[in-house]
Formats: sequence, structure tokens, C-alpha cells
Amino acid sequence: MSDRLIVSSSPHLREDTSIQKIMVDVAIALIPATIASVYFFKAPAAMILLISIISCLVTEIVVQKIRKMPVTIHDGSALVTGMLLALNLPATVPLWLPVVGSVFAIGIVKQLFGGVGQNFMNPALAARIMLTISYADRMTGWVEPGVDAVSTATPLTYVKDFTAVQEGAPSFVDLLIGNVGGSMGETSALLLIIGGIYLVYRGVISVRIPGVYILTVAIATLLYSGFDVQYMTFHLLSGSLMIGAIYMATDYASTPVTPRGRIYFALGCGILTATIRLFGGYAEGVGFSILLMNTMVPIIDRYTAPKVFGEVKKQNA
Amino acid sequence: MNMGNIVKNGIVKENPVFIQFLGMCPVLAVTGTATNGLGMGLATTAVLLGSNTVIALMKSFIPSKIRIPSFIVVIATFVTMIGMVMNAYIPDLYNALGIFIPLIVVNCLILGRAETFASKNSTTASVVDGLSMGLGFTLALVVLGGVRELFGSGSIFGVELLGEAYPAMGIMVQPPGAFLALGLLTALFNVVILKRIK
Repeated sequence: MSDRLIVSSSPHLREDTSIQKIMVDVAIALIPATIASVYFFKAPAAMILLISIISCLVTEIVVQKIRKMPVTIHDGSALVTGMLLALNLPATVPLWLPVVGSVFAIGIVKQLFGGVGQNFMNPALAARIMLTISYADRMTGWVEPGVDAVSTATPLTYVKDFTAVQEGAPSFVDLLIGNVGGSMGETSALLLIIGGIYLVYRGVISVRIPGVYILTVAIATLLYSGFDVQYMTFHLLSGSLMIGAIYMATDYASTPVTPRGRIYFALGCGILTATIRLFGGYAEGVGFSILLMNTMVPIIDRYTAPKVFGEVKKQNA
Repeated sequence: MNMGNIVKNGIVKENPVFIQFLGMCPVLAVTGTATNGLGMGLATTAVLLGSNTVIALMKSFIPSKIRIPSFIVVIATFVTMIGMVMNAYIPDLYNALGIFIPLIVVNCLILGRAETFASKNSTTASVVDGLSMGLGFTLALVVLGGVRELFGSGSIFGVELLGEAYPAMGIMVQPPGAFLALGLLTALFNVVILKRIK
């Protein structure tokens, strides 16, 4: 009954949005990138996707049974987590790895903290970072797209520790359509952006977080390279910046609720990402920066709470 | 006080780690392997036993206003002794535990038992309390270290259990794994053991 209670004063606008509808929209937005990942990385990618989604759903059912709660896999949030997790893995990982990731994402990051809407971190991203810390070599087994599985570096290696794009780097066209090495779903910037535009059009996400996030990284890399536009574009299109900014930094449960707070959140993500990419030990910093900012959300929310209308500053009596 | 109750309190009902969350610094920092957990647990037990005994014996001579500094002096004496003994006889473990041996001085479990138990109870009861609290602490550290070592390196007490094919879960032997394992084990402890004794 509590979901029908109205807590604000009138007038009331009824919306028929539900978790299910939002999650279906996110899943639809991810479909182009998913198809591209299967197209570029062939059968292993499809297997990883399938296993990741199934193990997320099974974990959700098992944990909710143990917690004696109604099973809510029909809301689609576990499905989206499974898709995102698979898209965050390289296509070469052994098939047990997505299972470990799913159990961690759903069982620990999501359900232990109370289930959908209660997680303080993005489950798929937390699982990716957990897997990266635990199985570093397996999580960086990037391959060239295609059946031959020629191992390669991610495009970010061509700009790591340099202030200009190096010789032999993939072309911008390849970066856009995703014909480069990397995690399954993060390679095609164009398809991720198309999915993002769909989400903005459907009103699921606002352009605020991805916009500010990407812009911050753009400005930082532009300044760092001495206004080298090519260098900046390369940074924006490679790595997991697009999938992170559009799909994972916009997770409702783990981002601030106020519009102003979301701008600070995205700004923080952008600065951290640029700092790790330009000065840190890792080539990619998107995962770490979003998780770090996830933990800052309560503070951001506290300091960006809107003023109550008519509120007066406390007078010193 | 019933001796059986003191033992039960120390090991289960008021377990220093899973119930009281005391001495979290060594609990989280040195439990990467079961061996380190056991070493740290036993060293703490020895100090706790010594300090509880001496403080219970001296409780009528210690002015209450300066009791905390007095307790610390007693505890520090025992820690120094234990540290020297470990350095002489088990240098490998001594090196593995490093700074955390001198830090036993500030383990709040030991000062806590001195303040709440040894300074108020008979010497015999304090000896039993020191031993059982120490054992409860040791048990928790060994279980935590064992779980982390098993998942993180596939072995327990350095004995390969899961074989070469097991992909070691690196996060479990790193700091985040300590928090994860402690949280999950505390939950398990609550569900399995506390329900049974209640």
C-alpha cells in the first residue's frame, strides 16, 4: 500500500512510471551495443552475455528466497545488471568469471544492502572493479575483434603517458563503431551514444550527468595536451567513458537526487577519471571514479538540499 | 561468578570480534592468512592473560584516578616481553606481523578487559576471563584468516587445498577482502551460533 501513499501537498500529477518500465528502456538502449559486441567478438561474447544474465537472475531469486522476500526478477533490474556486467568484461574471460561477478553484484552489492533502490554503488561496476582487482590478467585479456582472438591493448594505451596520440592508434571511425580492442560493450562509442539519446528522449535519464561528465574529461584532456583536439577526441571515444557516463553514472539508486548535486557528482567523476587516466597507474579510471563518487553521494545530497520556500536564516538571538 | 559462564562469554556470547568489534586494527590488517591470524591471536591471548592476572592482583593498590596509565604500563610490559620472545623463537611470524605486535599495547580489547573485568573481579576469575577472551579473539582471527586465505590463495595454514587450477580471488587477501569477509562472517555468526544459544 505504501507505494500509493501521497506525501506531498496537492496538486498531484500521477505518473505510470515503474521500475519495470525504466529497466526495459535501459535494456532497449543497451541492445545496439550488445548486438555490436556479439558481432565483433562472436560466440564467446554471446555465451558471456547469456551466462551473466542468467546468473544475475538466479542470484536474485536465491537471495530473495533466503531473505523471505517477494521475488522481483520481473522488474528487470537484475537483467540490466547482467547485461551491463557482461558488456564490461573482455570477450576472453573464462565462463565462470561472469558467474562470480554476478553473485557479487547482486548478492553482495545489491541484496545485502536491501535490494533494488538501496544499493549505494552501481552493482555491475562494483563487480567489474572487484574482478579487476582479483583477476587482473584475465580482466585485461583484450583481443582484436574477430574470430582469431589476437591479443591487443586497449586504445587507451596509445595515449597513456603521452600528450599526443601515438602512431598505430586505431582511427576515429574504428573507435566510433567499435572495431577496436576492449571490453565487449565499451568499444563502440557511437552505439552507446545512440542508446543514451534514446534514454534521454524517453526521459529515463537527464543529459546532465553524462553531459557534465564527458565535458569535464574533454576540458581536462584538452588542457593537458595543450589544446590538441585529436588527443581529446581519442580520450572521449576510447575506454569505458561512454558506457560509464551514460549507463552507470546515471544509476538512480547511487547518484544524488538533486539536479545541482548531480552536476557536482558528474564533475567529480570527470575530474577523477581524467586524473587517473593522465597521472595514475591505471590506463582507465572510469570505474574507480564512479564508485568513489557513489560513496560521496550522501554528502553531496546533504549540501545540495533545496531551501524550503520561506525559510529564513537562523538569527543569532 | 560461574567459571563456565565466563568461558562461554569470552568465546561465544561476548566474542571480542564478532560481537564486541574490539581490536579491529589487527583483526582487519593481519588476517591475510590463517597462520598470521593464529600468531596474532595467541600473542594477544598471552598479553591478555598476563595483564589480567597482574591487574587483578594489584587492583587494590592502583589509585582509581591513574588506573588507565597504570594498566597501560602493565600491558606494555607484557607486549614488550611477548615481542622479544617472538623475535627470538619465531622470527618469520614476527616479521610477518611487523608493527602490529607493538600495537597490541593499544588493542582496546586488552584495556577493555582490564577496566571492566580484571579491576573488579578475583584473580582466578580474571585469569579465566583473560584466557577465554583471548581464545575467542584467536578463534575469530583464525576463522577470518582461514576464509580469506582459502579464497584468496587456495590454501589454509599454507597447505594447498584447492589445487593449481583454482583461480585465486585476489581481493580476499587485500584490505577490501578483510571487510567483506568480516561482515559476512559476522552475519553467519549471528545466524548460526547466536540463535542456537538463545
